[in-house]
Amino acid sequence: MWKWLHSYADPERAYNLSGKLLPWFAMLATGLIGIGSVWGLVFAPTDYQQGDSYRIIFIHVPAASMSMAAYMAMASSAFVGLVWQIKSADWAAAAIAPIGAVITFIALITGATWGKPMWGTWWVWDARLTAELVLLFLYLGVISLYASFEDKVLAARAAGILAIVGVINIPIIKYSVEWWSSLHQPSTIKITEKSSMSSDMLYPLLINIVGFGMMIGAITLIRFRAEILARNGMRPWVRELAKAEGVK
Amino acid sequence: MKKGISFRQAFFTLLKRDLQIAIRHKGDIFNPLLFFILVVTLFPLGIGPEPQILSRVAPGIIWVAALLASMLSLERLFKADFVDGSLEQMLLSPQPLPLMVLAKVLAHWILTGVPLILIAPLLAVLLHLDGNSYGALMATLALGTPVLSLLGAIGVALTVGLHKGGVLLSLLILPLYIPVLIFATSAIDAAGLNLPYSGHLAIIGAMLVGSLILAPFAIGASLRVSTN
Repeated sequence: MWKWLHSYADPERAYNLSGKLLPWFAMLATGLIGIGSVWGLVFAPTDYQQGDSYRIIFIHVPAASMSMAAYMAMASSAFVGLVWQIKSADWAAAAIAPIGAVITFIALITGATWGKPMWGTWWVWDARLTAELVLLFLYLGVISLYASFEDKVLAARAAGILAIVGVINIPIIKYSVEWWSSLHQPSTIKITEKSSMSSDMLYPLLINIVGFGMMIGAITLIRFRAEILARNGMRPWVRELAKAEGVK
Repeated sequence: MKKGISFRQAFFTLLKRDLQIAIRHKGDIFNPLLFFILVVTLFPLGIGPEPQILSRVAPGIIWVAALLASMLSLERLFKADFVDGSLEQMLLSPQPLPLMVLAKVLAHWILTGVPLILIAPLLAVLLHLDGNSYGALMATLALGTPVLSLLGAIGVALTVGLHKGGVLLSLLILPLYIPVLIFATSAIDAAGLNLPYSGHLAIIGAMLVGSLILAPFAIGASLRVSTN
C-alpha cells in the first residue's frame, strides 16, 4: 500500500518532488496569510473587552499552534528516519528545526506584547508560557546537537533521538491551560464543538493558521532542497544540476 | 565467549564493576557532592542571610543545585568506557543493551544520587527549611534523582563521542529536567503549608516509572549512534 512512497526516499526524486511542490506551498502561504491578516487586522470587528489590541491573536495563535505542529512534524520525520533508515527523512527533520525555533520565538514575543496591555506584564511564570519556552530550548538543543557533529549522518540521527524524546513536552503545552488554572486563556478554537469566538474573528484566524502551516511547509521545502544538495554534492545528478546552473 | 550468562548475572556484574571503579576513584563520588554543597552555600551569601527569605527559596535552591550536580557528574558516565573501548564491547555483547545501560545508570545513581539525598537535610537546616517540609524534600529527592540520572544519561549518550560535549549537554538535558523541578519544588512548598502533596509525588513517581521503562531504550539507541 505504501510502496509508491518508498521511491521518494531517493534524494534525487525527493529533490524534484519538493521543487514541484514548492510554488504551490509558497502561493498558498502568501495568499492565505495575505487574506487572513488583512481581514483580521483591518476588517474584523473590535473586541468589546480587549479593544484593538486583541488583533495580535491573528499572528500569535497561528505561530503558537504551528510551533507545536512543526515539532511534531520534525519528530515524526526523525522517527521515520530512525526506524526505516531513510536519510531524506533525517534531512527533513534537520530542515524543520530552525524554522520551528523561529516560529516558537515569534509565538513567545507576540504573546509577551499581548500580555503587556492585557495582563499588565510581559511575562508570567505560568504553565503554558513556561512549556512554550521549554519547547524553544528543545528546538535549540536539536539544532546545536545537529551542528556539533562533523558527520552529518550521525548528527541527524542523534538530533532525531533528542527530538523524539522531547515529544513528551507537546501534550504538556497543549493541555497546560486545561490542567492548571492559569493566566493564559483556554483555547477558543474547538474542533468538535462550536468555537467560543465570533465567526468574523474566527475565519481570518483559521485562514492565518492554515497560511502559517503553508509558509512553514514552503520554507521547509527550500531548506530541505538545500540540505539534499549539501549532502549529495558528489553525486552525478547534483553535478549535472550545478553545470546546468552555470557553476564551475 | 562464555555462553549462558543470565540477564541478572550480566546486570549485577556490570553494576559491581561500575561501583568498584568509582570506589577506587573517590573523587568521582565526592566532587559532585562538594559541588552541590558549595552551590547551596553560595545562595545565602548571594541573597542575604534572612531566615524568612531563605526558608522560602530553600526548596528551589536545593533542587536546582541537585540538577546541576547530577548533570556535572553525568558527564563521566560513559566517557571512560568510551575512551578505553569497553563501551563497544558492551554494545557487542549478547546481553540486551537497555539492560546494561540500566545497570550503569543505577550505579551512577547509587554513587551520586544517594549521597546527595543523604546530605540534603543538613543543607536544608542551613537554609532554614520549614520543619514540615523535610519529609517532602527527602521523598521528592528519592523519587526525582533517579529520573535525573535516567534522562541525563540520554543526553550523555548522545554527546559521548563529541570533544566539547559539556556545554551542549546542559542545553540538551536541562529542558528535560524542568518538569521534575516544577513538581518537586511545588510538593515541598505544599508540604511547608501543611497541604497534601501526595499528588505531586504520584506525578514524579509516574515520571520515574515512565523514564525507567523508556529511557534505557533511548540511551541504547543514542550509544549506538555515538559509537557508530
